Amino acid sequence: MSDFFDAYALTGGLLIGLSATLLLLLNGRIAGISGICANLLSFSFSGKNIRGAVFLLAMIVAGGITDQLMGDAVAAPRESFPVWLLALSGFLVGVGTRQANGCTSGHGVCGLGRRSWRSLMATLCFMTTGILTVLVLRIAGVLV
Amino acid sequence: MNLKALFASLLCGALFGSGLVVSGMTDPLKVQGFLDITGNWQPALMWVMGGAVMVTAICFPWVLKRQQPVLTYRFHLPGVAPVDRRLLIGSGLFGIGWGLSGYCPGPALVTAATNTAEAMIFIPAMLAGFWVAGKFCGECQPKVTGTD
Repeated sequence: MSDFFDAYALTGGLLIGLSATLLLLLNGRIAGISGICANLLSFSFSGKNIRGAVFLLAMIVAGGITDQLMGDAVAAPRESFPVWLLALSGFLVGVGTRQANGCTSGHGVCGLGRRSWRSLMATLCFMTTGILTVLVLRIAGVLV
Repeated sequence: MNLKALFASLLCGALFGSGLVVSGMTDPLKVQGFLDITGNWQPALMWVMGGAVMVTAICFPWVLKRQQPVLTYRFHLPGVAPVDRRLLIGSGLFGIGWGLSGYCPGPALVTAATNTAEAMIFIPAMLAGFWVAGKFCGECQPKVTGTD
């Protein structure tokens, strides 16, 4: 049981849900990270993009501060992960989330909350290919 | 400039970032551990998603009963669209990328503060992916058949 239940994970999840709820309640926006981030590439200084940039910056800074405050309770940064794998992974995440119009936050957290059929299909889809990919990594010996 | 809405974005972003770190989702090994169902399976992501979706599933319907958001004029929601090839192929590709490194966009951006060595590679690659997808499939907006 102690290995199964993860109070940190549940607390973090509740915070993420609270953030998504407040953003919808206050600003009327879906907290989808890939969408907010990709929209910034248009380099237009619309109110939407300025608020999006502030959201992402606050996310990064607060994440960094929380990471410091938690000390040993968070994992040390991963080291010596193959660079080409990181680059390929980043590119696929970028292309895929833009095509699908959402990622773990937009489709997963917000879309499922809205009971969107598309988001449910998207979530099942990326979970499935994610599991298969990790299986391949395990067979290839990248994951130990 | 709507300063109250700007402050709301700041607050929500900070909550989101703290949530990601507290939940352990900025540790890519934990994410890969969740996807690793044939190996040493780690349930953390299930609790994160469960907690987050529990809140949105209860609160979103209640929020959307309002005529408009508290600080802006209207809700910006994706319209109702069919499940199409683009959604499935895109999500499939995203899942492959996610499994390869254990990063999805949120945690990947937070690594700019927690693991700069990986952020320097992953984030530009992800931005390149956004750009390429935007270039070749326009705005990537699905054909909307109605509104919520």
